[in-house]
Amino acid sequence: MKAKFLVPLFLFLVLVGFLGFGLTLDPREVPSPLIDKPAPAFRLARLDTPEQTFALDEMKGKVWLLNVWASWCVACRQEHPVLVDLARSGVVPIVGLNYKEVRGDGEIDARGLALEVETAQAIERARGWLNTHGNPYNLSVLDIDGRVGIDFGVYGVPETFLIDRDGRIRYKQIGPVTPENLKKVLLPMIEELKRAG
Amino acid sequence: MIPELGHFSLVLAFVLALVQAVVPMVGAARNNPSMMAVARPAARGQFVFVVFAFGCLTWAFMNSDFSVALAARNSHSDTPMIYRITGVWGNHEGSLLLWAMALSLWTVAVTVFSRHIPDAFLARVIGVLGCVSTGFLAFLLATSNPFSRLLPGAAEGRDLNPLLQDPGMIIHPPLLYMGYVGFAVAFAFAIAALLSGRMDAAWARWSRPWTTVAWVFLTVGIAVGSAWAYYELGWGGWWFWDPVENASFMPWLLGTALIHSLAVTEKRGAFRSWTVLLAIGAFSLSLLGTFLVRSGVITSVHAFATDPARGLFIIGLLVLVIGASLLLFAWRAPTLSGGGSFGLVSRETTLLGNNVLLAVVSASVLLGTLYPLFLDALNLGKISVGPPYFQAVFVPLMTPVVVLMMFGPYLRWKSDAAGAVARRLAPAGIASLLIGIGIAVAIGHFTWRTTLGLTLAAWVVLASLQLLGSRLRERAGASMSSRLSTIPAAWWGMWTAHFGVGIFIIGVTLVGSIDANLDVRMKAGEQIDFAGYHFVLRGVDSVPGPNYDASRATIELSREGRAVGVLQPEKRVYRAMGMPMTEAALDIGPFRDVYVSLGEQLPEGDWIVSLHRKPFISWIWAGCLLMALGGVLAVADRRYRRLAERQMPASAMQQAV
Repeated sequence: MKAKFLVPLFLFLVLVGFLGFGLTLDPREVPSPLIDKPAPAFRLARLDTPEQTFALDEMKGKVWLLNVWASWCVACRQEHPVLVDLARSGVVPIVGLNYKEVRGDGEIDARGLALEVETAQAIERARGWLNTHGNPYNLSVLDIDGRVGIDFGVYGVPETFLIDRDGRIRYKQIGPVTPENLKKVLLPMIEELKRAG
Repeated sequence: MIPELGHFSLVLAFVLALVQAVVPMVGAARNNPSMMAVARPAARGQFVFVVFAFGCLTWAFMNSDFSVALAARNSHSDTPMIYRITGVWGNHEGSLLLWAMALSLWTVAVTVFSRHIPDAFLARVIGVLGCVSTGFLAFLLATSNPFSRLLPGAAEGRDLNPLLQDPGMIIHPPLLYMGYVGFAVAFAFAIAALLSGRMDAAWARWSRPWTTVAWVFLTVGIAVGSAWAYYELGWGGWWFWDPVENASFMPWLLGTALIHSLAVTEKRGAFRSWTVLLAIGAFSLSLLGTFLVRSGVITSVHAFATDPARGLFIIGLLVLVIGASLLLFAWRAPTLSGGGSFGLVSRETTLLGNNVLLAVVSASVLLGTLYPLFLDALNLGKISVGPPYFQAVFVPLMTPVVVLMMFGPYLRWKSDAAGAVARRLAPAGIASLLIGIGIAVAIGHFTWRTTLGLTLAAWVVLASLQLLGSRLRERAGASMSSRLSTIPAAWWGMWTAHFGVGIFIIGVTLVGSIDANLDVRMKAGEQIDFAGYHFVLRGVDSVPGPNYDASRATIELSREGRAVGVLQPEKRVYRAMGMPMTEAALDIGPFRDVYVSLGEQLPEGDWIVSLHRKPFISWIWAGCLLMALGGVLAVADRRYRRLAERQMPASAMQQAV
C-alpha cells in the first residue's frame, strides 16, 4: 500500500469526523444576543382578566419561564403537554406570552380590523384553546401587535425564555420544548439558578 | 391492508437485496457459475418488490388513506390527483423509497444490457449494487418506514407543502434521483474492476455509457430544478448556492470529470487509478448529498425532515460504503501501472487539466457547503457561506476549464506541436476577445465579469464552429451528406455538449449583467412603463383553486403599442396549511423573459408588483439541454452496439464451455 493512495481515505475520515460531530449540533440554534442581558421590560393586558395588566418586574426574585405561544401555532400543540406536566410538577412558574393571536394567523385577514375587535377575538380564541388543551400558565399576557415579541427577538413560535431572579434572560429555547431538552437543559439550569439565589 | 402489503414487500425486497449483495460476490470470488447466476434474478425480484411497495404507498396517497401517517402529513383530500401522486416523494420517507426504486431500476437495466460483459465481472457489479441497495432498504425499514400507521387515522391530511405543488415536482426529483443513483452503476463498475484487478480499456468501455446516461439525467434534473426555483420562488433567481443545490452540483462536476477521464482510459489506457477514484468520488458525493439533506446537519429550504437518529444511520452507511471502497482503492490502485505516456502538449494534458480543475471546483463547493459546520464543530462561531464565496471561487476556476475545453478536440492524442495548434486557434481567440469587449461596451455593462463571460462564450462558439468546419473539410471530395454521415455520433455528442456550454455562459452572463427589476405599487387600472414594456394592471380578482384561494392579477403587457400578452400572477393561500405562495407569471421569449410576481396587498388596497425583464435566461436551460443532448448522442454511438454484438458470440461460447 503506497501512502499516496491512502490520502483519499484519510481526507474522507476527517470529513466523517466533522459530519459526525455536526450531528450533535443544531444548525437552527442561533445564539441570542439577549442571553445574560436583562429581559426587555413590558406591561401587557392579562388574558384571564384583560382589564388588569402584568409587568415584567412582578416576577422579580423568582426564577421563571416565559413561553411564547399562539393558538395558530402547530408546534405549540406538540410542546403543550410537556408544559402542562411541568406546570403540574410546580418546579417553575410559567408565564405565557400570547403572540399575535389574530394577525399572526395566516388564515385570517386582520388588516383593517379595529384593535378592540382584534383583542376581543384574540381573547376568545386563546381562552378556547387553553380550555381544550389545558392551561400550564400561571398567567398569560396578550401581545396583540407583537411588539413585545420583537423586543424579545422572537422569530418563530414557540420560543421559551428562562429568566433569573434579577430579571436576566439566561437561556432561550427556539422551537418546542421537548421532554429530552427539558430534562437535560432546562431543569438543571433552573435548579442551579434557584440554588444560586 | 394495502400499506401492510407494501411494508411486507419492502422487507422481501431487503432480503433479496441481501442475497443479491452476498451470493454473486462469493460466486465471483470462488468462480462458481451457479452462484454468479443468482445476480440477475435476485436483482429483478428486488425490483418487482420495490416497485410494488412504491405502488402501495402511491395507492395510499391517491385514495387519501390518512391512517398512513405519511399520507396524513403530506396530502389532503382536496389536493389535485397529480400532486397526491407526487406527494409520495415530497417527504423524507417517500423520497428515500424513490431513491431505492431508482437504484433498483438501474440494476435491472444493468442485468438487461450486459450480455457482452463476462459473468464474473457482472456478478461483482450487481453484487456491489446489491450492497448499496441493502443499506438503503435497511435505512428505510429501520428509521424511516413510509408505511407507519396513524391509529386512529386522521380525519384530514395536512397537505403537501405548497411549494411542492407544482409541475416541477413531478419530474425534478425523479430525474435528479435517476442521476444521483445512476452514478452507483459507475461506482459498481469501478469497485468490480478493483476487485477483479481488471481495469483495462474494456472496463472503461462498459462503464462509459452508464456513466453518461446518469450524467444526462443529473444534468436535466438540475436544470429542471433551477427552472422551477426561477418561476416558483418569485424572486427571479435561478441558482442560489443552497446546500441542497450544491449537493446535486458536486456529483455533477465530478461526473463530468469522470466521463472525460473514462474516455482517456478507454482510448489510451491512461488515468486508470484517477478514473476509479473519480467514479468512487462521484457516487460518494451523491451519498453525501443524501446525508446532508436528510440528517439536518445543514439547514436548507429543502430539508423537510431532520432527525439525528437518521443522520447517524446514514453516516454509518457512508463510512461503510465510501470508507470500504477507498480502502480497497488504497490497496489495489498501486498495482496499476500508469498506462500510456503523453507529452506536455497533447489531448491527454487538456483532459487531465480539466479533470483536476473540475475536482478542485467540486472540492471548493464542498468546502463552502460544509464550512459553517466545520466552524461550528470547532466552536469558532456560527456563520453562513453565501453566493459571494461561491462566485469568487467558481469563476476563476471555471475560466481555464472553458478555455482548455476548446483546445482538447484540436489536439492529437499523445503529443502535438504547440505552435500549429496555437496558430489555428489564434484568430478565434482574438476574435472572441474583441467580441467580448465589443458586446460588453455595446450593452453598456463594461465590467470585467461581463466581458469575461462574453469572451468565453464567443470563444466556445467560434472554436466549435471552426472545429465543425475543419471536420467537414476533411473529406473534401465527398458530398455533404456523406461527409455528415461519416462523423460518428460520439463526436456530435462531444460537439453539442461543448457548444451547449457556450450557450449556457451567454445566458448566465447576460442575466447577471443586464437584467432589470422594479418593485412598484399599483392599483387597478394603473399603468407603468418599465424596460421598454408597458404594463397595465386591469384588476385583481379572487379565484378559488382546488385547495387554495388565490388573488389573481391581470396585467396587460405591450411594447410600442403592440400587445405582447396577458400575465396573470397569483398570490395563493393554501387552505390546509394557511401558507401563502406566490405564483409568478412569465412571458417567455427566446431573447428575454418578462417576469411578474404579485407581492403584498397594502392596507389601502394597492398591490406591490414585482416586474423583471430577464434577458437570455432561457439560454441557461437551453445550454443545459444541449449538454444533455450531447450525452444522449454520445451514448447512441454505433460502436457501443457494434461492440456488444461482436462480443456476444464470444461470451456465449464461454458460457457453453
